[in-house]
Amino acid sequence: MTEQIFHDAPGEAGYRAKWWTSRVLIYGILILWAFICLFPIYWTITTSFKRAPDVMQGNMVPWLNFVPDWLGWRSLGLSPDTIGTESTVRAEFLKRFLNSTIISVSASTLAVVLGSLAAYGLSRFSYRFGFMRNSDISFFFLSQLILPPVVLALPFLVLYKSLALLDSRIGLILLYTLTVLPIVIWIMRDQFASIPTELEEAALVDGLSIWGAFLTIILPIALPGMVAAFILSLVLTWNEYFFAALLTSTNAVTLPVMVASQTGSQGISWWSMAALSFAAILPLIVIGVILERFIIKGMAAGALK
Amino acid sequence: MSSTEGDLLHVVTVDDISPGRRSFGRGIVWAAAGLVGVVVILQLLDQSGHLQIGWTSWQPTLYAFVVWAVALCWAQVLIRGEYGKRALFVMPAAIFVAAMVIFPLIFGLGIAFSDWNLASPDGRKFNGTDNLVQMWHDPFYWNALKNMVWYVLAILPEYAIAFGLALLLNAQIRARKFFRVAFLLPLMLSPVAVSWMIGKSMLEARFGPISRLAREVGWDNPAFFSSPEMARFMIMAMDAWTFIPFMMIMILAGLQAIPKELTEAARVDGAGPWRGFWEVTFPLMLPVSITAILIRIIFKLKLADIIINVTSGGPGGATDSVTSFIFREYRDRSNVGYGTLLAMVYLVIIVIAMTILMKLADRWMRPKF
Repeated sequence: MTEQIFHDAPGEAGYRAKWWTSRVLIYGILILWAFICLFPIYWTITTSFKRAPDVMQGNMVPWLNFVPDWLGWRSLGLSPDTIGTESTVRAEFLKRFLNSTIISVSASTLAVVLGSLAAYGLSRFSYRFGFMRNSDISFFFLSQLILPPVVLALPFLVLYKSLALLDSRIGLILLYTLTVLPIVIWIMRDQFASIPTELEEAALVDGLSIWGAFLTIILPIALPGMVAAFILSLVLTWNEYFFAALLTSTNAVTLPVMVASQTGSQGISWWSMAALSFAAILPLIVIGVILERFIIKGMAAGALK
Repeated sequence: MSSTEGDLLHVVTVDDISPGRRSFGRGIVWAAAGLVGVVVILQLLDQSGHLQIGWTSWQPTLYAFVVWAVALCWAQVLIRGEYGKRALFVMPAAIFVAAMVIFPLIFGLGIAFSDWNLASPDGRKFNGTDNLVQMWHDPFYWNALKNMVWYVLAILPEYAIAFGLALLLNAQIRARKFFRVAFLLPLMLSPVAVSWMIGKSMLEARFGPISRLAREVGWDNPAFFSSPEMARFMIMAMDAWTFIPFMMIMILAGLQAIPKELTEAARVDGAGPWRGFWEVTFPLMLPVSITAILIRIIFKLKLADIIINVTSGGPGGATDSVTSFIFREYRDRSNVGYGTLLAMVYLVIIVIAMTILMKLADRWMRPKF
């Protein structure tokens, strides 16, 4: 064993102690907050595998103090032993799941297409629609963020009723597109503004039209931003409850409405509610874990301007 | 909120558009507009029973409108050539938003001043300012507005927590990615699922884990939703739980954009972490902070899902937000006219308040030196 040559001066011992306390404090807070964030999700997963007495006794650790059972998933028709059999609950759940998927994906796609086009135009050309210049048009789009959904809800209810769009997927898709469009435009405007115009100038000199330059040159560069905007829209539209609760009744009901309608019924069966809630949040948890950097990129885009 | 504009693209183009093409462009717009007019008139006649076409809904009008919108976009290119192609970038979104917002808003104004209960067979009756008078004497609406003030004020502690977490995530730590994902997850969850997972299950008075914890700590009979203050606090806490990640990420992005040299320079000049934060980091973060808070306020003003699902406004309206109150006004009484008026008044209040806030923020963010 070699002799240690360099020693801390006696005065530096306190420094090390301070460093260690700050480390412990930082990790302590981080772990505490991670626990706060993750525990409700853990609680929901485990509850979906519990029997009634386990719920009452508050047993938390599977295998250690309760035996996992497929109770909650069986009531949804999604447990291993019921997956092959007919199940009305499963059929309903799958229908709602499909509704949610179709509506949120279509609305996000539509919003990203419309929003990217508008954002590109606003970041490149100067417009004049009547009295409106570029900054006015931008403000017109972004000001939609302030509009609370409740203002549009009742007029839309009446309008959709006379348009026979009530309780239809199309109706919800159109409304959801409207609600996420300002966010998409906001993200994409920053995205396009950071791309130098020399790129298009070169493309135009080489004989591309302005749309050709946009589609073949600019779009691939802006793709990460578009993915970020798409994911963010997907999260918002998948979770949307207010419009869905007002404007759907049987056909176009989405998952959040289905979850909410179960809570109201008396004699809540904990395990099946837990299974249902978890099935409703699972897709977004997966997206959140895998595509986290896109979400962060999307939200950060607005912060720095 | 600032209106940034990138480098504008300046291209000179030669367009020689023949008069025939131009008049054809004008022609299709007017033809499509005529089509909309004819369809609307036919629908009106059909509705009033003068004609028997058998249209059950107003969808033909909608289709006619879509045709007109497409014709309008196409005509831009026909009439204005290269400039029209540029306008084509913004036109679809502009027409979409205008059709989906401006028309319903005008329509909503009409509803707001009428007595219209969807459950009653009478249909719609114009009743002037009766709804306004009713609103003035409606203690529950004022109560909901007052609650909104509380909910918005709750953003300040949320902001403080978010800032703290962002600072920690920006520090030299291991497993940064794990913590970032973990902290982000609450934002991904639907408020409805959150209201069941936390509001109904974990806060359940008998065997929810949080109630258990409260009992361990010494609160004998934990009841989270029976006293007004406690219920309001729990709603705030649940909403904060889902939305703190949002502010945290915006602030984190701001922190990462601060050049390292600045904080290092402060340290070399002898500023401790405390002074370094208050005199360098915090002032530099002011613009980002204000943006984050403003956006958070906008989202907070829409708060409803958790309230509808956990307390439905109770106890005694203590947790009601304006949105959840109007939601129940419609759900319980089908009162479209009154509900719309309340929403419109809310919109006016929001627009005024946000304008003042943004003006103040603008003044505050302007460099002082």
